[in-house]
Amino acid sequence: MTELRPVTVDELRHLVSERALAGETMLLNMGPQHPSTHGVLRLLLELDGEIVVNCIPDIGFLHTGIEKNMEAKTYQQAEVMTDRIDYMNNMGNNLTYCLAVEKLVGLDVPPRAQALRVILAELQRISSHLLWLGTSSLDLAAMSVFLYCMRERELILDVFEMVSGQRMMTTYIRPGGVWRDVPAEFEAAVRHIVEIMPARIDEYESMLTTNMLFLERTQGIGVISAEDCKRWGLSGPVIRATGIPYDLRKVRPYSGYEQYDFEIPTASSGDVYGRYLVRVEEMRQSVRIIRQALDRLPYGPVRSNNRKFVPPPRSELGVSMEALIHHFKLWTEGFPAPKEYVYAATEGPRGELGVYLEGDGGPKPYRVHYNTPSFANLQAMPILTRNHFIADLVGIIGSVDIVLGDADR
Amino acid sequence: MSEHLEKVVQDFQERFNAGLHCYAGETTLILSREHLLEAVQSLRDECGFDVLIDATAVDYWPEQTPRFHVVYQFYSMAHNLLLRLRVPLDGNAPHVDTIEGIFPNANWKEREIWDMFGITFDGHSDMRRILMPYDWVGHPLRKDYPLGYEEPQFSFNYEEIDRRKPYAKE
Repeated sequence: MTELRPVTVDELRHLVSERALAGETMLLNMGPQHPSTHGVLRLLLELDGEIVVNCIPDIGFLHTGIEKNMEAKTYQQAEVMTDRIDYMNNMGNNLTYCLAVEKLVGLDVPPRAQALRVILAELQRISSHLLWLGTSSLDLAAMSVFLYCMRERELILDVFEMVSGQRMMTTYIRPGGVWRDVPAEFEAAVRHIVEIMPARIDEYESMLTTNMLFLERTQGIGVISAEDCKRWGLSGPVIRATGIPYDLRKVRPYSGYEQYDFEIPTASSGDVYGRYLVRVEEMRQSVRIIRQALDRLPYGPVRSNNRKFVPPPRSELGVSMEALIHHFKLWTEGFPAPKEYVYAATEGPRGELGVYLEGDGGPKPYRVHYNTPSFANLQAMPILTRNHFIADLVGIIGSVDIVLGDADR
Repeated sequence: MSEHLEKVVQDFQERFNAGLHCYAGETTLILSREHLLEAVQSLRDECGFDVLIDATAVDYWPEQTPRFHVVYQFYSMAHNLLLRLRVPLDGNAPHVDTIEGIFPNANWKEREIWDMFGITFDGHSDMRRILMPYDWVGHPLRKDYPLGYEEPQFSFNYEEIDRRKPYAKE
């Protein structure tokens, strides 16, 4: 083992103010094991008493080399790694990757698969927002909300287990459609969630929205302007809380989102409370989308019929030589993709989730790059936290809703 | 391609001698390294591309000219358009101007590219590693950087492999 070299303040001289070098302000490490940094985020804080003068985020503790690993696998195998990037948005990661692959090779997706993708992506959004609501209010010392949120999140994870066999690492959405059709119990289970959710969201709101303690901790805290949001490339609820209705489901629709009737909730304050309001309203809109998608869920195939990219159904293998050849080729060699590059993006629970995918004519991706919302949003931490108390810093980290697996990949 | 994008593309082809590549409804302009700063500045100020969505790089090793491409993805909120810029770079230790002064969020994205590919950004305010440990050697996403496996030890070669494993020496 090589010896670890100690890090001195000299190396960070360009990041801290003159006062820190003179010893007037204090440098303090927060994390990477701090409970309210939501994973392994390290913040180097420059403090004047209890006030944050500067906050320097340090990421990479959860870097697992997913992009490098994906280059060594075929397109089908590489998808399994996408689940592990943002472990609160597994369906969304699968969906974004599949959209990129489909764009690269020119695959069509049948209507039933499109509708299933929308239902599952919206369920994932609700479950992610529920976890966010639970943990971020826990950071603000509201214990009971967490328990309520976990109760409903469990119902959603049960649906994921029902369709894919896995609660979190689903890999259910595949290039050209979905893995297999949903079981017969699916519709009743999702309808149950859709029926109970509006009243449950009212319940969470009754605990927080007009709660004086909550308002004191959130209003006017962590304010960012619309202009700054654009300059720093922020997306998701953070930019919508400043009044810009930027949502990829509306501006660049995918998977048939243009067919559904829903609104993009915005707030004008740009603070922690605004982001809270946007997310809560988003859950209601997601319920609305799921209800519409369920009502008009078409019958038909759930995978593309293009046998050069999508494996044939098991039933054909015993009777068709062609099907057997395709099955064998697809699972041993994989499918080739052209020497081109594409960018596909979806609206994840945290913001714009994009995949830059480049093929080289072979069966393995030449380069996959995940453009993740947590990475972009974390970069704005210094602006969001400047001149706030340390106690508010915890609320601000919570309100940005970071997932470190998403930032570090 | 929409009218506005067509105008931008034509303008860039004339002014910066940019190459054009279209695939699956996406537009890419290929620029030489000297024109990058000027082009990005005019993209933001004149053409309305006000958001830098993404910046990344691709390694074409063992090719040397160009070995790397730096890829920028821009978005125009007013026109709802996407445009990609690619900048080819030669050699094993390439460098290119930073666009941090125009789009501040390029700071972390360029740090990531430096960390993963070893492309230096001239004029960058904070050129440190971001994802890998600060004392890491090498740039993992380069194609000549091995993926890395632990050698499997069997009873007949256990000792031999154990000797060259880093932890075993201590």
